[in-house]
Amino acid sequence: MKRLINLTPSKPARVLLGILPFALILLVYLFASDARQAENASDKLLPAFSQMGDAIQSLAFEPSKRTGDYLFWQDTMSSLQRLALGMGIAALIGFSLGILTGAIPTIHAPLAPLLTVISLIPPMAILPVLFIVFGLGEISKVALIVIGVAPFIARDIQRSTQEIPLEQLVKAQTLGSSSWQILLRVLIPQMLPRLISSVRLSLCTAWLFLIAAEAIASTDGLGYRIFLVRRYMSMDVILPYVAWITFLAFLLDWLLDRLSKRCFPWHHQEASK
Amino acid sequence: MKPTPLIQAKNLWKRYGDNVVLERMNVQVNAGEFITMVGTSGCGKSTFLKMLLGMEPPSSGELLLEGKPIPAEPDQSRGIVFQQYSVFPHLTVLQNVILAREFERSRFLGKLFGAARRRVEDEAKRLIETVGLTPAVHRYPHELSGGMKQRLAIAQALIRQPRILLLDEPFGALDPGIRADMHQLVLKLWEEHQLTVFMVTHDLSEGFYLGTRLWVFDKLRRDQQAPTAYGANITYDLPITRQKIIAPQETSAIVEHYLRDSQDKATTEQELLLS
Repeated sequence: MKRLINLTPSKPARVLLGILPFALILLVYLFASDARQAENASDKLLPAFSQMGDAIQSLAFEPSKRTGDYLFWQDTMSSLQRLALGMGIAALIGFSLGILTGAIPTIHAPLAPLLTVISLIPPMAILPVLFIVFGLGEISKVALIVIGVAPFIARDIQRSTQEIPLEQLVKAQTLGSSSWQILLRVLIPQMLPRLISSVRLSLCTAWLFLIAAEAIASTDGLGYRIFLVRRYMSMDVILPYVAWITFLAFLLDWLLDRLSKRCFPWHHQEASK
Repeated sequence: MKPTPLIQAKNLWKRYGDNVVLERMNVQVNAGEFITMVGTSGCGKSTFLKMLLGMEPPSSGELLLEGKPIPAEPDQSRGIVFQQYSVFPHLTVLQNVILAREFERSRFLGKLFGAARRRVEDEAKRLIETVGLTPAVHRYPHELSGGMKQRLAIAQALIRQPRILLLDEPFGALDPGIRADMHQLVLKLWEEHQLTVFMVTHDLSEGFYLGTRLWVFDKLRRDQQAPTAYGANITYDLPITRQKIIAPQETSAIVEHYLRDSQDKATTEQELLLS
């Protein structure tokens, strides 16, 4: 018998083992839901899949009686728009700050300590400040994502920039480059794939901030909806919404990964060596 | 009047705090020489290379390039090939080589387009041909072997025609067979481009084979209580004739004997050097 650490499941076995926990959870849910439904047909806690389907059917494919919108899609669009705007701005700010502080000592000296302190502020704690300053509209929600995510990206990029071997910078100088040219041709291209992985890592927190902001002050959005229907204990809406959010998060992560592999093949093959 | 030597060290010292690395270096190098530098690790040969590169300033004394103090930061007058990390991983072979021309001709974008780009690409392709990388011209560095990467690093360093080429153990990580190929390449380029080469190496036979002049770095004075109190200097400055193989056997014996004698403890590093 080999040691446990040397036992590797074959590929089909790995796939099967990977699916197993999902199937188990589903199965347990089905049984539990069935049991509760049998006892009380109007049970709200563990709705059957048919009930969830009905709920989403009416939200996604029938116009709302009050506004005439298709609520599910409108929620999705508003949330994704906020997320994209917030992440986009955060990535832009984080990337510029990270590269500049990482590459240029005279910018690093005044900005790096400030950046460290700012990144330690819990963003949720200043949400009230954002509401006061920016009002309850879109800006404060986007700003929360930016404030929550940009310092992380900036520090991540800063560290990666500093990890570029000194040899490369010296070599570039012996090829006659200016600081600007080094930034443009050596550092920025090498940091772009890092930016993508940094964005992927911080998407999870971005969702957190988005849903929190929507829960507190909003009139639409995925986070708004689940917190709204909580009052009616509508698990038949909440559970599909959570699954949908999870799926969107997965999809975004996957798309970014594909984008990175497509645009920066040298980065991924280098890393896998 | 004698022409000014290309590189001149006048009573050159290098200290890091109390740690004296180099002391009282006085040396002259004329254009076209091929200097190989050997010595145990920590004996200052790499420090001297860094000073030639402009990465480290002299602590006292002067290091002159054509009679003027050497510029305090690296520039295109001195090319460099390191043991690793010398090429840019995000650029293909061709892009790596034309980069220097792009830096030169496109101040703002650092990138050339259209006819200007094709011109430098043609120039780069000729250089790539000389170092034997033509089949790999569109590959990325991670797809190249160690030897190919070093060929690329050399081509990249040469496109702006530096007068001085600095090599910091460039072949240390290569297999012996490939290393022999690289030696031929370096000698060929040294002649074609009329370079002055400074090369740090751990391999004594390599030093003898390639150089026109071999420097052995070591400490002349030692204080057992304070090993950092005295710095190293060039203890042997051996001219090597191009019609080689007459001297090497004999001189190499002297140098090896000397190195063995002068060391209190044989480090693995040194074993490597002597083997």
